[in-house]
Amino acid sequence: MLDIQNLHASVDGNEILRGISLAVRPGEVHAIMGPNGSGKSTLAQVLAGRDEYDVTEGKVLYGGEDLLEMAPEDRAREGIFLAFQYPVEIPGVSNTYFLKAALNAVRRHRGLSELDAVDFLRLVREKMKMVKMDESLLQRPVNEGFSGGEKKRNEIFHMAVLDPKLAILDETDSGLDIDALRIVADGVNSLRSPERAFVVITHYQRLLNFIVPDFVHVLVDGRIVRSGGKELAFELEEKGYGWLEQEARGGASAKPATVGAGA
Amino acid sequence: MQDVSAEAVMQDESAEAIVAPTPAAGTAGPLQAYADDFAARAAARAKEPEGLRSLRERAFARFAELGFPTMRQEAWRFTNVGPIARTTYARATSRAVTAADVAPWLYAGAAHLVFVDGVFAPALSAAGELPAGVTFRSLREAIAAGDPAVAHLGRHAGFDDAPFAALNTALFEDGALLHLARGTVCAQLLQVLFLSTGDPAEPRVSYPRLLVVADEHSSAVLVERYATVGEGETLAVPVSELVFGPDAVVDHYRLAQEGPTNAQVGLQQLHCDRGAHPTSYSVVTGGSLVRQDVRAILDGEGVDAILNGLYLTRGRQHVDHQMYVEHRAPRCGSHELYKGILEERSRAVFNGLIHVLPGAQKTDAKQTNRNLLLSNEALVNTNPQLRIFADDVKCTHGSTVGQLDEEAVFYLRSRGIGEEAAKSLLTYAFARDVIDRIKAPAIRHDLEELLLARLPKGDVVRQAI
Repeated sequence: MLDIQNLHASVDGNEILRGISLAVRPGEVHAIMGPNGSGKSTLAQVLAGRDEYDVTEGKVLYGGEDLLEMAPEDRAREGIFLAFQYPVEIPGVSNTYFLKAALNAVRRHRGLSELDAVDFLRLVREKMKMVKMDESLLQRPVNEGFSGGEKKRNEIFHMAVLDPKLAILDETDSGLDIDALRIVADGVNSLRSPERAFVVITHYQRLLNFIVPDFVHVLVDGRIVRSGGKELAFELEEKGYGWLEQEARGGASAKPATVGAGA
Repeated sequence: MQDVSAEAVMQDESAEAIVAPTPAAGTAGPLQAYADDFAARAAARAKEPEGLRSLRERAFARFAELGFPTMRQEAWRFTNVGPIARTTYARATSRAVTAADVAPWLYAGAAHLVFVDGVFAPALSAAGELPAGVTFRSLREAIAAGDPAVAHLGRHAGFDDAPFAALNTALFEDGALLHLARGTVCAQLLQVLFLSTGDPAEPRVSYPRLLVVADEHSSAVLVERYATVGEGETLAVPVSELVFGPDAVVDHYRLAQEGPTNAQVGLQQLHCDRGAHPTSYSVVTGGSLVRQDVRAILDGEGVDAILNGLYLTRGRQHVDHQMYVEHRAPRCGSHELYKGILEERSRAVFNGLIHVLPGAQKTDAKQTNRNLLLSNEALVNTNPQLRIFADDVKCTHGSTVGQLDEEAVFYLRSRGIGEEAAKSLLTYAFARDVIDRIKAPAIRHDLEELLLARLPKGDVVRQAI
């Protein structure tokens, strides 16, 4: 589904991603962990199509197509969803209107008819229940005045409505209390399916107690320095990132990820 | 002062107007044309009441003293009326306007008076059956009939420092009068349409005039709209004078929607007695150069004035709002929200002053000007100011000039909304609060549609809202 090959990306001449290779197959959940500044969010933004990053080397195939050639909106229409680390406030655009415009753009692209107001509302209500979101947040401008937890839940709500094939969650757990974390995780878990894949980016192992990954990758200095199963997350929780950083910077051979490759 | 532009602020010094303050008798030239026009109207003036006659004479003398302003004057720093000062305009006289010309500019169901080049056109007007206590008629007719409301004419719209207002006062031929007697409530939308007629053969000038007198506890909604028929260069020099009695509640919408060869330099003067609740919108969507001075005098306790505005500019349009709000009495509120969306090489100026006089305690004044630049070549000069001589007041002001938030555009795109649609949606959202605050549904809907029609992906936005 997603095949990242030796991806290098920089912003303003600073190389942030320095050769990432990763393959994600349908139904899989990959966790990407790493210390601050390791390039986790950059990876998410590059995959979603943020144009302030220059891809200097490598390629990304999505469903066999060259993902990097696609505009952000086309990636979304083809089924990629990025849950933002910092969801953007958009005064003057109500959450419902926004979502309706987005959903219909996606549906048109997929050759489906646009939803009328009644069907749209039915869908929206059903998905809101899933993330236990208050209906009043529908009428409010997108993310404006939302609490941190409400913003994150709103991201998961958008994800549920847009029904992506590949969901990338960028530190969706940051700033959430345990109840909010559980709600977000329940939302994600209920969307897990053999057709859908997740890339869950997080700094902490905590989220992975709730969203159990198939694979864990550790990003240090723009490279994946270690890949493993869910037990790698526990190891990190116990030992921190220091030993891996040392290993990576000390010149120890950092093998590119092989786990999960071969899609 | 905030000057934001991708290019440097260009001040075309060579284009600056330098005009002799007094027209030399007998010589042809732009100023002489005004003097000739004033002289030609002596017979008409002779039939007017003494008070109005002497007002006009003072006004013309004042105009002759002041001449046209130059960019060296503070209030005209960013607006160059040099081209106007150098043009010889003929007074517009042809009245070949049909109902079909007028129809697109009228609001359905509105009682309307139509003025062609400032002169009442009864055949195009339909005031209908208005409630007792509502006088809605030609100002010239009201003057001739000795209507007592006319006593307010020129009482508030001062011209000592305003050459264009002086010119209007000296030369206006006709205009609209709306008088609401004490306690009168008019539920029907009232509309005054000032239509300029262009003539490719010569530049033409007109002097629209509006007088609104709302007596104690009266209420109405009035639209004052400016549009043009025909090609050619025109100049409108309008003055609107609005007098709000105690507890009067009047909503006034001024819509400047002329074409790309039509300039307008106007004054809107509001005088508010105690407890009055005026709402006044200035909306500019057309015209070449549009200068609008809005002056509100809050002259009694408990006035609550809402002064909002929206300007949508493109091409080489230049829109200048000069706001002056004077708090003379305690416990008055003034709330100004002006927003502008600028495209292409257009320019906007916003200069606002809140002036709180001694004794005007518990003043609650707010002034906000926000500008969205959709092109690197658009330019805004915005300058909100406070002058406060009371110590127990709440006054805030602020202005912003910015472009669309790239992060917001990306956020929308990452959810599947195309780039143009995302930008259209954010542009619409920017203007939305000013439009949403319009209470009259017909006007709100009209402006909404106008904005949507201008957006590259208005259809997507329309579906989304």
